[in-house]
Amino acid sequence: MPLIQEIDYGTPAATADKTVQLTIDGRQIKVPEGTSVMRASMEAGIQVPKLCATDMVDAFGSCRLCLVEIEGRNGTPASCTTPVTDGMVVHTQTGRLKDIRRGVMELYISDHPLDCLTCAANGDCELQDMAGAVGLRDVRYGYDGENHVQARQNGETNPRYMPKDESNPYFTYDPSKCIVCSRCVRACEEVQGTFALTIEGRGFESRVSPGMHESFMNSECVSCGACVQACPTATLQEKSVIEIGQPEHSVVTTCAYCGVGCSFKAEMRGEEVVRMVPWKDGKANRGHSCVKGRFAWGYATHKDRILNPMVREKITDPWREVSWEEAFAHVAKEFRRIQYQHGKGAIGGITSSRCTNEETFLVQKLVRAGFGNNNVDTCARVCHSPTGYGLGKAFGTSAGTQDFDSVEHTDVVILIGANPTDGHPVFASRLKKRLRGSPGKEGAKLIVIDPRRIDLVRSPHVEASHHLPLKPGSNVAVLTALAHVIVTEGLFDEAFIRERCDWSEFEDWAAFVADEAHSPEATENFTGVPAEELRGAARLYARGGNGAIYYGLGVTEHSQGSTTVMAIANLAMATGNIGRPGVGVNPLRGQNNVQGACDMGSFPHELPGYRHISGGEVRDVFEQLWGVELNPEPGLRIPNMLDAAVDGTFRGIYIQGEDILQSDPDTKHVQAGLAAMECVVVHDLFLNETANYAHVFLPGSTFLEKDGTFTNAERRINRVRRVMTPKNGLADWEVTLGLAEAMGLDWQYQHPSEIMDEIAATTPSFANVSYAMLDQKGSVQWPCNDARPDGTPVMHIDGFVRGKGKFIRTEYVATDERTGPRFPLLLTTGRILSQYNVGAQTRRTENVAWHAEDLLEIHPHDAEQRGICEGDLVKLASRSGETALRATITERVAPGVVYTTFHHPGTQANVITTDYTDWATNCPEYKVTAVQVTPSNGPTTWQQDYDAQARESRRIATEEALEPAE
Amino acid sequence: MEHRHVDTDVAAKTEAIVGRLKALEGPLLPILHDVQEEFGHVPQAALPVIAEGLNLSRAEVHGVVSFYHDYRDQPAGRHVIKLCRAEACQSMGGDDIAERLLELLGIDWHETSSDGAVTVEPVYCLGLCACAPAAMVDGDVIGRFDADAAASLAKAVRT
Repeated sequence: MPLIQEIDYGTPAATADKTVQLTIDGRQIKVPEGTSVMRASMEAGIQVPKLCATDMVDAFGSCRLCLVEIEGRNGTPASCTTPVTDGMVVHTQTGRLKDIRRGVMELYISDHPLDCLTCAANGDCELQDMAGAVGLRDVRYGYDGENHVQARQNGETNPRYMPKDESNPYFTYDPSKCIVCSRCVRACEEVQGTFALTIEGRGFESRVSPGMHESFMNSECVSCGACVQACPTATLQEKSVIEIGQPEHSVVTTCAYCGVGCSFKAEMRGEEVVRMVPWKDGKANRGHSCVKGRFAWGYATHKDRILNPMVREKITDPWREVSWEEAFAHVAKEFRRIQYQHGKGAIGGITSSRCTNEETFLVQKLVRAGFGNNNVDTCARVCHSPTGYGLGKAFGTSAGTQDFDSVEHTDVVILIGANPTDGHPVFASRLKKRLRGSPGKEGAKLIVIDPRRIDLVRSPHVEASHHLPLKPGSNVAVLTALAHVIVTEGLFDEAFIRERCDWSEFEDWAAFVADEAHSPEATENFTGVPAEELRGAARLYARGGNGAIYYGLGVTEHSQGSTTVMAIANLAMATGNIGRPGVGVNPLRGQNNVQGACDMGSFPHELPGYRHISGGEVRDVFEQLWGVELNPEPGLRIPNMLDAAVDGTFRGIYIQGEDILQSDPDTKHVQAGLAAMECVVVHDLFLNETANYAHVFLPGSTFLEKDGTFTNAERRINRVRRVMTPKNGLADWEVTLGLAEAMGLDWQYQHPSEIMDEIAATTPSFANVSYAMLDQKGSVQWPCNDARPDGTPVMHIDGFVRGKGKFIRTEYVATDERTGPRFPLLLTTGRILSQYNVGAQTRRTENVAWHAEDLLEIHPHDAEQRGICEGDLVKLASRSGETALRATITERVAPGVVYTTFHHPGTQANVITTDYTDWATNCPEYKVTAVQVTPSNGPTTWQQDYDAQARESRRIATEEALEPAE
Repeated sequence: MEHRHVDTDVAAKTEAIVGRLKALEGPLLPILHDVQEEFGHVPQAALPVIAEGLNLSRAEVHGVVSFYHDYRDQPAGRHVIKLCRAEACQSMGGDDIAERLLELLGIDWHETSSDGAVTVEPVYCLGLCACAPAAMVDGDVIGRFDADAAASLAKAVRT
């Protein structure tokens, strides 16, 4: 297995349809118009020497190495900045060019350290390669002149020398090795869109500067790694490469963080990961990454990982390490006992959106075929279940309609309840690129609907045309008001609606939204959105060209989550923004495989492929294959399981890779439910918060340790490939397999590919998916079957999956969670860039350098009223509970609204959240809680008790202690 | 405390300048000119304010300011002398005269005299090659800048 070497074409691909033909060094080549001579050469197999060009960024023409001669033209133009023309005859290697290139290299090397042998980039340095390519043999200028290399020169400090910047935990900046090609600066601007880097000074004084001559950590840098990837030398270098050395082989795999599903090359030395480098052929990320996927994988080898199965009688006992066989036998015995004593339905399972499709499929199969009930649910319950429900009703499929490439064709973007620069950073970069526009193509317009002034409302080179700062909980009212404007001002697309939707349903809906009660003027007083701003936004979306809606958990995690999703679908259909590139309805999925977990039949009422369990035909397919009879009644959802546990009718649960105690709402209720159970089996990497209430702990494996697939937010099935042996001994699918065997099921799987074959055989939308196909195509978007053998990047092209698109009335019903004198503020929750979800992974990496604790954002006005200063410890209390955390004062939140993240178990933001849920799917209302904030001088009693319990519960008995006394 | 006060003052005045000029096409350089006019230099504290106002990153503004030598990072002396060091002036003995002037003033290139009277800076061509060596004093160009002229200038800036 060699190191995957991706071809660097030097400049980005041209997209023109017209092709031109030219001759390069005697070879004929046809390329699209607008291609650079450099790229055309590379496509013809001729590598022109280059330093400042790389195909992730536009041509710049500064290094003067890529010069060529073109017949009929004077001089030696730079091949990177010269576009091809028809009939052009190019020579890339002539005596004149050789002399120039060697001369240029001599100058570069005269101001570069000659420490190649001990340099971290040794073997992966383009400067080294180019010195070789141009035949550099001598540097006539010597090395004693003015330079940036030596700290001291002629006994004095060299004022040009700058020491290494080690401030970023993941990479170093060594200015002495910099050749000022400005690839890093351009990557930061063009690829990432942060503009954190610049070239300061001019001429020989030119240096790369983060921020205003600051350290990387103090600058605007978000540590996405694009600059490190772009750097041709060791100037910007991963610390892991400095520590370990160059990798020797690499494997393409998929990131296990958010729903963007970026493809990475895991660059390895033996079984040790040296670095993760975004893969340019990855269709979700196109060679880009964020701080989490690129750098935050250290948790995989963190000392906190539990590597042996553990069992205990009571949750107050210390853990006892046991063999896998003993653990499986124990669980099987307990589960069977509970079922015998309390009925078949007294146990259940939770599948994980972190695990692979194959693993999720097995867990639901274990529940349905092994437990004999349908008590299976997944963490999507608490995030995107309304998406599944709402889009299923409106369009007939429970998924986003586009691929991420679609954003490149968008003219107007509505962003609702999503904060992509923190939650889905790679998508955010692609969006920002489109918002900035490109030469000859004006940037797309942006409408942000969010209670907070998120970064995309205004950050360098991006500014939303409209920001509708609605009051948390009023989504439906705002979206219906947008529809009101579109309908009453006649901005809807009648032709589209007549052709693709049910016209009478539209008429009914149009009459409903046209009601004066839904006008922006009438709703302004309780949504807080200025009517004129809202009207402007509606007109822009309806008439601005291709309109696309992207949304996140700010839409779904409400008591009217499903209604909001339907309102979004209504808007898209009414304006004809469905069924082609650049438009659509795009849920930004929270976790790596939340789409897949839903697809794989993780819900109590649905078999894989969103087919209701009550359907006899569908059950037949599985019953025949599995040789069991399936229960036609839907099982329990997570909240129902917990309620039943408190009532004593539900006593055992197998939880794979989800920390419900930290992530689910109303922590105290979850606690009570878990404490009431007799056999809680937690299958995870770490002793998570839920494990404090577990009787059996089954150690999990990371995405680096197993084969499988993840399905991202664009329905793309990406391969996950094993690069190291599971430290715990078994991949997660093997653990479920062991459990199934112990329960008497005869499952025969030698490899996850066989599980995928079973999925394909039973689920029409996956019919043509196989590992062989994924290896060949790289990835595929479902539906992938005989009708669509190459998958489906854009859905509903010729008609909706359900037939006619369905308009549904969306009546706004305010949540029962209201502010009042005791709890006058509204709390809403979200994510931050450097941390991920409950933080189990990212808290165990250097990412804590950015976000070491959860902070409460509060508006200066509210803070002043309460005598709260920046950094003060405050008590956050709701009707459910209270916790203490530090406050930060900011105008990002409106007066009356406070905001926090939920990444740290010490804070436990979910002690505060209520048990109100979406009417259709039980998705919890995380985004609205009435709270009060008061100054505090320490953690709350609850936090102290919780901490004490957690410490007590995490004890693992040592070998000596277990041995019987003599 | 004092420092903070100065920074708030810089921020407020810079904000006003940005507000006045941001509608121009390519407003950054005119803004920097006015900031320099206002404070005698471009204070570091002004850069984030400009960045925020124009929706640029701090890095971008820093990149532009540091590119142009004429934007100072600290106030100059009461008089600013620029001596041309380009080819024509060099060929007419400009270097010797420059050295002499610096000696008379007791400072080096880019330095300001300790009494705050004068700053000397190099410049590369004032477009006055026909009358080389050339100099510029407080914005006015002087041709045929010889030893005598240097001596009287050194005296004049001190009074």
